Amino acid sequence: MTGVGAAGHPRGVAFRRGPAGAGLTLAWRGLLKIRHSPDQLLDLTLMPISFVVLFTFLFGTAVAGDWHTYLQYVLPGVAVQTAVFASMNSAIAVNSDVRTGVFDRLRSLPIARSAPLVGRVLSDLVRNALSLTVVFIVGAILGFRTHGEAGDVALACLLVLLFSMAMGWVSVLIGLLARSPESIGGFGFVLILPLTFGSNVFVPAAKLPGWLQVWVRVNPVTRLSDAARGLMLGTPTGNAVLVSLLWTAAIVAVFAPLAVLAYRRRS
Amino acid sequence: MTAYQIQAEGLRKRYGKTVALDGVDLSVPAGSVFGLLGPNGAGKTTVVRILATLLRPDAGTVRIGGHDLARSPREVRDLIGLTGQYAAVDEDLTGRENLTMVARLLGLPRAEARRRAGELLERFDLTGAAGRTAKTYSGGMRRRLDLAASLIGRPRVLFLDEPTSGLDPRSRGAVWDLVRALVDEGTTVLLTTQYLEEADRLAGRIAVLDHGRVISVGTPAELKRAAGGRTLDVRVTDPGRLADLERVLAGVAGSAPTRSGELVSLPVDATVDGREALDEVLRRAAAEDIAITEIALRLATLDEVFLALTGHDAREGAAA
Repeated sequence: MTGVGAAGHPRGVAFRRGPAGAGLTLAWRGLLKIRHSPDQLLDLTLMPISFVVLFTFLFGTAVAGDWHTYLQYVLPGVAVQTAVFASMNSAIAVNSDVRTGVFDRLRSLPIARSAPLVGRVLSDLVRNALSLTVVFIVGAILGFRTHGEAGDVALACLLVLLFSMAMGWVSVLIGLLARSPESIGGFGFVLILPLTFGSNVFVPAAKLPGWLQVWVRVNPVTRLSDAARGLMLGTPTGNAVLVSLLWTAAIVAVFAPLAVLAYRRRS
Repeated sequence: MTAYQIQAEGLRKRYGKTVALDGVDLSVPAGSVFGLLGPNGAGKTTVVRILATLLRPDAGTVRIGGHDLARSPREVRDLIGLTGQYAAVDEDLTGRENLTMVARLLGLPRAEARRRAGELLERFDLTGAAGRTAKTYSGGMRRRLDLAASLIGRPRVLFLDEPTSGLDPRSRGAVWDLVRALVDEGTTVLLTTQYLEEADRLAGRIAVLDHGRVISVGTPAELKRAAGGRTLDVRVTDPGRLADLERVLAGVAGSAPTRSGELVSLPVDATVDGREALDEVLRRAAAEDIAITEIALRLATLDEVFLALTGHDAREGAAA
């Protein structure tokens, strides 16, 4: 019976960890889940594979004349699209933590209020990196070749990952606000479809009707795709890199505090 | 030194138009079990969520271990452990990983975290299942894992929100044993329950909560006494003699006996001497040759207390 309770054991407050340490522990938790549910791994790999294969052959001939040429155009954009779609996983994971009471446990622990959310976003960053890797492997198998400098290609990947992390905060907010996992689907699609398909990922903006062009040109996914494409193919990017970074920063600046606020309020 | 480990004054909380708590005061001495008893919707969970720093009250103050909850929530979280109504375990992690995670979050170094997790797995009889993901666990195992998680940090104050709801009798008994062991080691436990028997068995003091208000506080014995008298329970061997027994009992105390199965119960008020009443029943039954298998004079059950205090049954929702 002994050894369970408080008797004679001052609590180890001296070891208390900062928000980074707690965040890392919770990120570790997110990654352990992949190990225990291989179906999650399937989720992480099947989506990018189907995106690359499907869109290359679905639109390839229609948009660019032949799919091989189209692959060069579409793959960086598909990487962006994959990152945005994958970021929505956070909403479901966060929502399940709220429903199962795991967040209550975390909130009753002496750790930073932001730690669970930071942990979630960090572990999803790793998962998204995995999905992106799959995109590029499948792309390479089909014949996608980069022409940019290695540093530029790396920068492109980094931009996409950072953007997925920013969208992860939007996703976390949705997960905290949603009443049920079912409502997340609707929420997510209303947000994601205009962002990803209403962009120049699949079709160059010039080929679209005028009213749609207006949206497509301000859409951050368009600017990020421009940046990723330019950096990977070695073509000029104009201000696309800078604008993508600004969008990423702006989304984090707005949605991270909102998510933490929603998390504190959630009761 | 504070004599009280938990002190709450004037707690109020409303959700929209619904008043969840309407001025709740609680004082829980260190090293004791305090039972919060009430039907669904009485406000028990709201109280626990406020005390566990998960919910901010609209009004009122709370001090836990001498720390003001509104001003020093972090210090309060250093002292508390919480097991909510639903087992808050990560289903995709193994039992061991769940506990190690909490230990790491509390700042234990890796090796020590593993050791502490192992200790609690052992204590909660989960060692065999430690390597399996929690989604393969039965309800009782999840509950135990959840309890173990709330004990990782050796809390001084433990909140248990309906810790045994949905458990089979054996698991329930195990939870009771654990609560007693913790209190022996100096932990202060506040538990909510709708099981009157549970409050009766575990709690040193009980607050009865109804419609967001504490309608009575005291030891189980005090509550039972306050709710009025005692009951004389008599059981006969031959069901054919039940009517005769009822007549005998009615003659003893002048109140109306009630029957359930072969058991006849007679309310006995404070003016009647219990010893004399017992003797009288036995004498008259013997005179009429009624064979009695069981006879007892007992205090009111907490169910009866609850009914007397609130005018409705403990299990009924507080819908009115």
